[in-house]
Amino acid sequence: MNTAVEQLKKNRAFLCLECGKCTAVCPISKVNNAYSPRRLLAQGLFYGAEDIASDHLLWSCLTCLLCSQRCPVDVKYSDYMRDVRAVAHNMGHEGNASHGGALHYIMEMAASPKLKQNRTEWVTKDLKVKQKGDTLYFAGCLPYYEELFAKDFSFSPVSIAVDTVKILNHIGIEPVVLDNERCCGHDLYWLGRLGQFDELAKLNLKDFEQAGVKKVITSCPECAVALRQLYPERVGTGGPKVQHIAEVLAENKARLKLGEVTREVAFQDPCRLGRFMGVYDPPREVLSMIPGVTVSEMAHNRKGAICCGTTNWMNCDSCSKQIQKSRFDEARAAGAGTLVTACPKCQIHFRCAQCGEPEEKNGLELADFVNIVASALKS
Amino acid sequence: MAVRTQQAKKKTKKEFIPNIVVFACNWCSYAGADNAGTNRMQHSPHFRVIRTMCSGRVTPGFVLKAFKLGADGVLVSGCHFGDCHYIFGNYKAVEQFEKTKGLVKTLGLDLKRVRLEWVSAAEGVRWANLIDEFVGQIAELGPSPLNHKPKYG
Repeated sequence: MNTAVEQLKKNRAFLCLECGKCTAVCPISKVNNAYSPRRLLAQGLFYGAEDIASDHLLWSCLTCLLCSQRCPVDVKYSDYMRDVRAVAHNMGHEGNASHGGALHYIMEMAASPKLKQNRTEWVTKDLKVKQKGDTLYFAGCLPYYEELFAKDFSFSPVSIAVDTVKILNHIGIEPVVLDNERCCGHDLYWLGRLGQFDELAKLNLKDFEQAGVKKVITSCPECAVALRQLYPERVGTGGPKVQHIAEVLAENKARLKLGEVTREVAFQDPCRLGRFMGVYDPPREVLSMIPGVTVSEMAHNRKGAICCGTTNWMNCDSCSKQIQKSRFDEARAAGAGTLVTACPKCQIHFRCAQCGEPEEKNGLELADFVNIVASALKS
Repeated sequence: MAVRTQQAKKKTKKEFIPNIVVFACNWCSYAGADNAGTNRMQHSPHFRVIRTMCSGRVTPGFVLKAFKLGADGVLVSGCHFGDCHYIFGNYKAVEQFEKTKGLVKTLGLDLKRVRLEWVSAAEGVRWANLIDEFVGQIAELGPSPLNHKPKYG
């Protein structure tokens, strides 16, 4: 009981005014009447975390932080959801999992001491990478996504890793790529499996120290937010400096030599890059630097951007599809031909939503931020 | 007594008994395993069968969960092409198994630890031989590197 009270205090849940702004902005509530952040929080306050722990709606929250942003008293709803999920996990609930849980099992196995992965096949000879050095490129789950999604969605997730290294080489950075890089643990954290997350965090920080890394660059906002904000929160400070590739490029604009690419793009703010880390301008600045690229804004953008509809490989249903389709509509209404995102997961979810739809109805190309920049590089 | 149990322990330590999970489809392979049993065919007992309605149901998640829980090898077994109770289920199984193989390879496991086979309800002999062969193969490879007990609950 005490821990439940502590949780409520820590996440400021006691302060809830029941004004309902969270429910008004929640992208899930918009498409699923059964789900309301306000109601779930009130239920937690009255009946305790154990009561909502067995509620399947617990796993619906996207932890996209849109509600916390609008909350007048700053209730940390997403953090409360994480803590209740931890309670649910301890009670033996596995929670929801899309793709048969395959990706969750990979994350859990990533903490095995004898793990020796085969994950650097994407590093081709023209890419300059090192084994030891100051700057590390953290590729994250991309090699696994390649195996799971490349065939179904006819795009190559590892092309994001390849293009990131290409761009880094272009601006004069030769990154370290670890042969046995472990999962960042971001998803396990939001699934409430905090013990597993801590173990992964410690292993990762040890690996970084061994490779002599002082700075980590990622192409995935989730890895960036985990390494930058969650590791100091859970296992202590002192880790390397962490940046998303968009921030690195915005800092090194002078070194980018870009050719012409004609594209009308709309930028989908990934929730971890935008609301979690406050990085809104860097990707837009870099994209608009490319001659021929015009960046238009969707109706919901920046702080008010709507999530891609799925998180943590956990909640994928008709609600996610509706959110994704409304996002396509917004991009088309903004006059964009390409929907650009800076998160590999957003792209996978969007591609999944496009599956089975006739092409003329889609009318939207999907691309990652680094793919667009790499295609404009002048050698 | 104590000495005897110690000796017994030492013996089992030397000999590696693999943990093998077999996903067998309800209509052919499970019946094939039954056939091997009713015909009293001697074969290795070091495998655990999980019955699925169709081999096409066995997604990468199933196989990876088995490895996570300590399996040293995973065998997926279904009907021969053309024999599938659901007509195209085993073609789906092939599709899923390709993904599974990719993930298993990226995880750094030997590809010999996973296998997709077709056994019909009449092929008890084939089942027994297949199990013996696969158990031998895994025993040769040794324990899975991912087979560890995590500290957390």
